[in-house]
Amino acid sequence: MIKNINVALIGNPNTGKTSVFNALTGLNQKVGNYPGITVEKKQGSCRLDRITKARILDLPGTYSLNASSMDESVVVELLLNKNDPDFPDVAVVVTDVENLKRNLLLFTQIKDLEIPTVLVINMSDQMQRKGIKIDIEKLEEKLITSVVLVSTRQNSGVEKLKQILIDYRSISTLPILDPTTIDQDYFENLGKAFPNQSLYKLWLVITQDVNFTKLERQKVPDSTQFKTQSQSYLKKLQQRETIKRYQSINQILKETYRVNREEATDLRSKLDNLLIHKFWGYVIFFMILLIIFQAIFDWSSVPMDFIDSSFARMSEWIKTQMPAGILTDLIAEGVVSGLGGIVIFIPQIAFLFLFISILEETGYMSRVVFLMDRGLRKFGLSGKSVVPLISGTACAIPAVMATRNIENWKERLITILVVPFTTCSARLPVYMILISLVIPNDRLLGINYQGLTLMGLYLIGFLMAIVSASILNRLLKSPNKSYFVVEMPNYKLPLLKNVAITVWEKTRSFVVEAGKIILAISILLWFMASFGPGEKFSNAEQIITQQYSNEALNDLELENKIASFKLENSYIGILGKTIEPIILPLGYDWKIGIALISSFAAREVFVGTLATIYSVERDAEETIKTRMAGETRSDGSRLFNLPTGISLMLFYAFAMQCMSTLAIVKKETNSWKWPGIQLFSMTIIAYLSALMAYQILK
Amino acid sequence: MFPLDQLAIGQKAIIESIETDFLPLKLIEMGCLPGNEISLLHLAPFRDPLYLKIDEAHLAIRKDVARYIMVKPLMDD
Repeated sequence: MIKNINVALIGNPNTGKTSVFNALTGLNQKVGNYPGITVEKKQGSCRLDRITKARILDLPGTYSLNASSMDESVVVELLLNKNDPDFPDVAVVVTDVENLKRNLLLFTQIKDLEIPTVLVINMSDQMQRKGIKIDIEKLEEKLITSVVLVSTRQNSGVEKLKQILIDYRSISTLPILDPTTIDQDYFENLGKAFPNQSLYKLWLVITQDVNFTKLERQKVPDSTQFKTQSQSYLKKLQQRETIKRYQSINQILKETYRVNREEATDLRSKLDNLLIHKFWGYVIFFMILLIIFQAIFDWSSVPMDFIDSSFARMSEWIKTQMPAGILTDLIAEGVVSGLGGIVIFIPQIAFLFLFISILEETGYMSRVVFLMDRGLRKFGLSGKSVVPLISGTACAIPAVMATRNIENWKERLITILVVPFTTCSARLPVYMILISLVIPNDRLLGINYQGLTLMGLYLIGFLMAIVSASILNRLLKSPNKSYFVVEMPNYKLPLLKNVAITVWEKTRSFVVEAGKIILAISILLWFMASFGPGEKFSNAEQIITQQYSNEALNDLELENKIASFKLENSYIGILGKTIEPIILPLGYDWKIGIALISSFAAREVFVGTLATIYSVERDAEETIKTRMAGETRSDGSRLFNLPTGISLMLFYAFAMQCMSTLAIVKKETNSWKWPGIQLFSMTIIAYLSALMAYQILK
Repeated sequence: MFPLDQLAIGQKAIIESIETDFLPLKLIEMGCLPGNEISLLHLAPFRDPLYLKIDEAHLAIRKDVARYIMVKPLMDD
């Protein structure tokens, strides 16, 4: 019989809590979301001994039980709700040996909830270097619990922690602070109103200004009378609670904790002087961005090309191995290319998260926030938004995933919503072909018009991202008041294990969660392009063969003509013709309409679709260009002229033409609401700017 | 005694008083309490945000919050 126990890992940010979690669980972990909200839920399991298994919950980092964000309220809610299936049998508070005083504030609060609470002092390998000495026995006595020194870097202390967890029942649940010492009258009245209840728990429920989603309110029926006290009075009491706690912590540490500052070497100030220097700090950050950009734009292209050609070959191979028919086409063209469309993102995601997790692990990311905060706050963005916005120039998918590191929900949401405006690499093939068609290859003062146009498109994307961010900043209401208080952690070498687990977890969750949406949409698009209603579609081969029976077409030319005719009469073709009246004012015909719809799979599909419609070989870029240049309207004028070209470029600059981005936004915001809003408003912006451009230039 | 945002880089001071109503509780929990030592380590361009050491915590706050913390500088020794 195996005994399961619930263990909750709790701690301030930057205490290495996740390292402890990784040390306990290894890859036996899964990351999900708390129902209804977008806070990451990390759970794992660990075999403690032959008969005991621990279910370990890595709760979001928090500085105290006075929640000021969604992440923090998750912690409070769980710890106050005994009926929650995740309610811990034992809590483990992870602290950092150098910031023990501040970390103990949270520890004493958890302890006062009367849950068995173990204290882990992490990063104990730093003790000698920093000249720290701790009297563990005395500390255990004062804090009425077990204390373990852990170093995940040296892999020490973890076994001892497991032993303590097995024997969690022997840990005392005595509280540390007597709430009546905060304010005697207030707490005595509270005690009279709710006899037999823990005063501290009551107090917590009363003071939280977060919404308790799970917690049953009935447990404290008439707490309203205690809430009616003015906010400012309650805050004073919270402040007094903090002071009381610090007083007792200071007293305890005076007897148990010694730092010899002489022995301390100061890496922090040396690195800070350089990394947040008013000039060099920005230069270094710019260089780091450049390397990240290089990695996801350039280095990734090698594995991506390989993935691309492998899936194409697999698709061909299936066609030769399986009997011709709908099923084979479904597998070869629908499923395999759909899967290819998911796997292709893995190199970029892995590279980006390799860099981001190193930047986070080392403590550098907080310096980025410090450097960038002032410039970005006007737009409702965080200092951390820079990394997603820059990576968006390669691809919006990893960029949206990278917003996880932004703590403030509103700033994170704004970043997610505006990232798709930055010019991703999938827009390049579209821009390239349009630019070469409509922009003259001339120079003005040595500057090439075509190059200038491309730069303009990049700038307009950034500009639109910034402008919409400031609009969203006005429109969106923040669910919690949030303040800018950023801890500047010590510099550390990144732990390889943590970096590897982050990269693995991000990649896995993209493939599994966003992947299924991408696969579904690509199968749908394949179906719409491969089937059509009526005689014309089903008899396409006959019709075309007859039509061209007098012309001497070779097999390939005939095949291209048939493919073009089929696409015209497929569901997607019909849809393209249906939307023609809507897109006519933008200067497009139904053929462009088809290309617009099918490029929803990925923007670069635009070029391939046009090739099929114009019945030319997909890979012959020059032929496509010549064919597009020769395309005319009913009045004989060129279809791809300057107004239409500019109009199309603007449409692609602003439209949410990417199902994979929508899928990842759905995953990251945990609802269809935001991708819906994004799709709708970006399409409107794209439509209106394309309309204006065409009508003015025409 | 003057507001924290007027402290010079490298200067140490003692927190004299704080305006509780305007300060985030988080800051108080990180040790921003009267009597604790505070020093200004770095400033971003335009003197905002401020990089501080409060008691033992290293943190950054914005200028608009720093105005609500009154400090008394310590003499250099």
